[in-house]
Amino acid sequence: MKLTIHHLYADMMNLYGDRGNVISIKKRCEWRSIPVEVVDVGLGERIQPTSRDIFLFGGGQDREQALLAEDLSGSKGADLRAVVEDGGVVLGVCGGYQLMGHSYETPEGERLPGVGIFDLTTEPRKPDEERLIGNVLVRVRAPETDEVREIVGFENHGGRTYLGDTEPLGEVVAGYGNNGQDGTEGARHLNAYGTYLHGSLLPKNPWLTDQLILNALRRVDDSFELEPLDDAVERVAFDSLADRLR
Amino acid sequence: MSSEFDPRLSAAILAARSAQIASRTLKTGGGSTMPGVVARRVDPKVLTKLSQRLPMGSAAITGTNGKTTTTRMVSKILQTAGVRAVNNSTGANLVTGVTAALVSDSSVSGKPASEMGLFEVDEASVPKVAAEADLKLLAVLNLFRDQLDRYGELAYTGKVIASAFVDLPPDGTVVLNADDPLVASLGRSTAKAVYYGVDEPNLDTGRLQHVADSKDCPVCGTALDYETVYMGHVGLYGCGNCGFSRPELQYRASRVRFDGARGTEFLLSTPKGEAEVRIEIPGLYNVYNALAAAAVAGESGVALGEIVRGLGEFGGAFGRVERVKAGDREAFLLLIKNPVGFNEILRTFVTGADARNVLIAINDNDADGRDVSWLWDVDFEMLADAKSEGRTNGLPPFMVSGIRADDMAVRLKYAELPVGSVVPDRKKAIREALAATPPGETLYVLPTYTAMLEIRQTLSELGYTHPFWEDK
Ligand SMILES: [Zn+2]
Repeated sequence: MKLTIHHLYADMMNLYGDRGNVISIKKRCEWRSIPVEVVDVGLGERIQPTSRDIFLFGGGQDREQALLAEDLSGSKGADLRAVVEDGGVVLGVCGGYQLMGHSYETPEGERLPGVGIFDLTTEPRKPDEERLIGNVLVRVRAPETDEVREIVGFENHGGRTYLGDTEPLGEVVAGYGNNGQDGTEGARHLNAYGTYLHGSLLPKNPWLTDQLILNALRRVDDSFELEPLDDAVERVAFDSLADRLR
Repeated sequence: MSSEFDPRLSAAILAARSAQIASRTLKTGGGSTMPGVVARRVDPKVLTKLSQRLPMGSAAITGTNGKTTTTRMVSKILQTAGVRAVNNSTGANLVTGVTAALVSDSSVSGKPASEMGLFEVDEASVPKVAAEADLKLLAVLNLFRDQLDRYGELAYTGKVIASAFVDLPPDGTVVLNADDPLVASLGRSTAKAVYYGVDEPNLDTGRLQHVADSKDCPVCGTALDYETVYMGHVGLYGCGNCGFSRPELQYRASRVRFDGARGTEFLLSTPKGEAEVRIEIPGLYNVYNALAAAAVAGESGVALGEIVRGLGEFGGAFGRVERVKAGDREAFLLLIKNPVGFNEILRTFVTGADARNVLIAINDNDADGRDVSWLWDVDFEMLADAKSEGRTNGLPPFMVSGIRADDMAVRLKYAELPVGSVVPDRKKAIREALAATPPGETLYVLPTYTAMLEIRQTLSELGYTHPFWEDK
């Protein structure tokens, strides 16, 4: 029952410490003796789902976004879309999140096609607009437990994302979120999550890490439960930042 | 090299003098660049005019890491060699700061007291300084992604620097780090490149760190093949596609031996011969700084013996590495600027089992970088690996402090490293860490910039150091 972490474009899309998300999932599996493997998926390489998978898609620079958009425009993007429709787990952060929508327009006005997992588009910032930078606190509804939870992180993006017929991941309590206007942050469709939060995202938000792991393992065994871990250190780190932002 | 009376130049220097006095009296701060701004307003050609009156011309040093240390090393070498050089101060490395330094070095009639200009220059300011300051030499140390809040395009920074090469005279020199692929590739834009680098297979980390910035060939974009990786993306590399590879070295360090916190020894090879060098500051990054300094001095005409002597007398630079006597203990402050520097410090001190008392202090003020994601790019896993392979005598629990102490604690937890006490307050943390350090031992303090200032302040209040830090 090995879980596979597919780190998409690990060598290119790691602008904001996204490696922390990989480490988080890996350690929280190891601490529960769940076998786990990390597979890097580079340009030109196909994804190879195993049925217990988490796909991580991090942030990169504009030049790299263009290369990725091209790489994803063929069968790789279609495969990823099919994985999501089949209940597979994907987490896209920042640039990865943007490429999970329909399109992403660069500051130079080039419109890059996205994978189309989420019904959303991303527009570049206008010359008179600032980059959206800072700490973020987001309230998230967790349908698995039917609870309202929170996540903290750091955002740094010029692009403004506008949702169509896709649920946001949550609502902004402090910070900018998708576009700094409508109070939404991120997107969720089935077990695919997109967000602007890095920081890294998962280490300080272990409930979300566990939800991704649970989503992935329940595809094969729907009664699977996770052993609780001692999250005291993570909770203190979450609280000290969240308290600053409230 | 005209030195006839120039009324406009003199007016500019006088205006700068009164601005300097005013800003000191009013304590408005910014005293190091303000005179430059004022002088340039009165005479826009002031920098060109004054630098043309320096008999030996000027050298500039740029790059992401090590500018201050390297500039100070060259300064020490020149001093040893009896050359009077004018420097700009740290934090004044734009064209206004360079101007201010020259203006304050000159008499009102426009005659510099120094023979040579030696400036550290911000990467983006290189073209402007090169166009105005009559440079004979420009050294490029390295290009790393540094401020993580800034959306950086390294290749663009490289192009900006290379655009300045045409402003050097025909006998001018560009000194380049051959081991940084992007920096080495700049040599393709000039016929005057001199390269330095390290040949020491024992220092191969065997891993391209996760923070590596330019792993792709700067010429054709293909992934580079690395024979040796020293740090980050710095090493011995080649491109299987277009044939671009590490250039031949004119200044080389080999047989590098680390002596823990005390210093480093290596064999320096230059076009004028070879010599053993010992520097009193630790770490491979300082070997690179020393090599760059040797190349800048050597290409400026300084003899090998003076280079070796100057490097040997160099005692470390403001803000980078600092040793403070704290009663019967010692505190060793090592500034953390970015993941590459952090990795180097871990490799040099902690895996060597030298550091038994460690305090890490992470702040997230503007000057530290507000985004602490980079902590996840630091290779703490190398310590866990060293521990499991028995290469350390058991790692000490790290004490953590700073506004983001709790983030640091999470990072250590996920690297499966022992966390000691978590004390966000910096003043309290340094006091407790010193108290926990056994007499006769050294406390290693690894702070980000503003945490370092706070910790220094506290050490100073405890009477453990003189209040002035610049090693003038
Ligand atoms: Zn190439």
